[in-house]
Amino acid sequence: MKALKLKKEDLYTYLESLKSYGELWGPVSRGEHYSYAKLANVRDVALQALRTIIPPKKFFVPPRFNMFRYSEDQYTETFEDVKPRVLFGIHPCDIHGLMILDELFLDRFPDPYYKKRREATAILGLSCIPDDKCMARSTNTHAVEGGFDLAFNELGEEYLVWVGSSLGDDLVRLNIDLFSEEIETSDVQKYLEWRRKRDSRYKLNFDLTGMPDIMELSWDSPLWDELADRCLSCGSCSMVCPTCNCYNIRDISDLSLESGVRQRRWDSCMNKEYALVAGVHNFREARAERLKLYYTHKLKAFITEYGRPSCVGCGRCIDTCPVSINVAEVIRGLKGQEVKL
Amino acid sequence: MIDTQRTEPSHGAPSNPFMPEQMRIVRRYDLTSDVRFFQVRPVDMERALSLDYKPGQFMMISLAGVGEAPFSISSTPSRPGMVEFCIRKVGRLTEQLFTYKENSIIGLRGPYGNGFPLEKMVGKDILIVVGGLGVAPLRSLLLYILDNRDQFGKFYVLHGAHTPAEMLFRKEFFEIKERDDLNCLLTVDEDPQGEWPFRKGLVTDLFEEIDGLDPDNTYATVCGPPVMYKFVVAEFLKLGIPKHQILMTLERRMHCGIGKCGHCVIGSIYTCLDGPVFSYWDVLHMKDLI
Repeated sequence: MKALKLKKEDLYTYLESLKSYGELWGPVSRGEHYSYAKLANVRDVALQALRTIIPPKKFFVPPRFNMFRYSEDQYTETFEDVKPRVLFGIHPCDIHGLMILDELFLDRFPDPYYKKRREATAILGLSCIPDDKCMARSTNTHAVEGGFDLAFNELGEEYLVWVGSSLGDDLVRLNIDLFSEEIETSDVQKYLEWRRKRDSRYKLNFDLTGMPDIMELSWDSPLWDELADRCLSCGSCSMVCPTCNCYNIRDISDLSLESGVRQRRWDSCMNKEYALVAGVHNFREARAERLKLYYTHKLKAFITEYGRPSCVGCGRCIDTCPVSINVAEVIRGLKGQEVKL
Repeated sequence: MIDTQRTEPSHGAPSNPFMPEQMRIVRRYDLTSDVRFFQVRPVDMERALSLDYKPGQFMMISLAGVGEAPFSISSTPSRPGMVEFCIRKVGRLTEQLFTYKENSIIGLRGPYGNGFPLEKMVGKDILIVVGGLGVAPLRSLLLYILDNRDQFGKFYVLHGAHTPAEMLFRKEFFEIKERDDLNCLLTVDEDPQGEWPFRKGLVTDLFEEIDGLDPDNTYATVCGPPVMYKFVVAEFLKLGIPKHQILMTLERRMHCGIGKCGHCVIGSIYTCLDGPVFSYWDVLHMKDLI
């Protein structure tokens, strides 16, 4: 990996030159919130955006898409045409989220729909200073050493630009004159200072060591029923979570009933039908059981399997849950602290 | 730790793992009033001959316009060229499947799942206990062992049904019972027509006829209605069979079969990849198991 420098004033010029590679997407303002949009005007990019409503997973696993077109007994793959595109402004926690999705979708039995979208997309990271809902330091996802093509790190009046892939190197060369290779000792100091500043801003700090054990021991804790009494089973936490990947399959017939499409759409383990099998047996009828599954996946199961939580600390569940059930409150509750519902 | 191996993609399958393969229903007939036998074969003959699987694996049956659901394979890979299923009409997809006649084309994906750990079971005594529809996955293991009889030790099969009419593959089991290279014990709970030639009672009653199994060298497996497990596993333990040599297959909702859709997860395991075959030791501390 190598690092370059880019003057802040040159950012828009550089973003404009990225359009010769493909569509340029980045966060834009949507009222009080932010959302990824195609940047017709590069100056629309909301550089101050922390978390978008929906994480970048939507670019790789769209909320709903067609896998096949069928007619009687024939299935034809339907790959949507994915043009080369650049996602700018992806924060470290979301890059970690994508790396977790990569393990699920690309490891064994690679998912060709995910793979195609992933390969067509350049990831351009952007550093951030956390707010009171960020907890990425606790999940160790506040910095990235990989998983991006370029990563822009604020450095006073400049960006330190890390080149993380061969594609990233190509992208820099689209307008190489804007970049400087001169890294000075004072830059190192500035960078360290910036890191200290970022790390000191986290308001939510949790020690997640031993979390799998704590969850195992808390299986029968009354906490789950207390949370379940409030939970609306709306599934919003899954929709906004960068690592929630569950989906349903639905065949949708054309009016002729002779052909149709096989559609894949986001699902949530909070939905009552999630573990329902034919014969009307539901393995997780109780809301508390479903909440436990959600948080087991985030804070226990993934750690057991991959050595790290599948929560990346983005704070979206804190922002989104209408009844204030979120990963921070659950961790507090599991650790025997008062839960603020 | 889970004592079973994770599935790897099988050879000869399409490159898009979600793409159903066309298979033809070669034979189908009713086993009982609501359970039907289906024998299917890949339309592509080369694929039919290369299709390999392990007892205990499952496949996703795909019906255009209805969707997909997982089904245990009931046939043995030692009789290649076709796959068999034993299916109860119980939901949306099976309702539709029961309208399909012989020669119809259906979609299938797979095989998936870990299957039985045959490499560990070779040379061991085997005890198979089935009740009702539990015969679906265990018939595969049963036929496999019969086709490779010299590779296994003593072999007991205990099969219980509610009534004679409800005993699945009754004729086949009557024939197997005649063989002298295994002990096949059959029972029914009730015999309303007075037609049953063997003993009556619960499948657990048959355990008193088991003689001379070496428990440390025995693999025991059970599949049947949920109520059966507790009692049958207790009998296995009474025989002294170690927990990690007691095997069972689990059922879960599945939309992919390959560890993506999330529905079959139990704690940190995916039933579709890590299972569906688990040892009693594996499941002993699984939460929300049944």
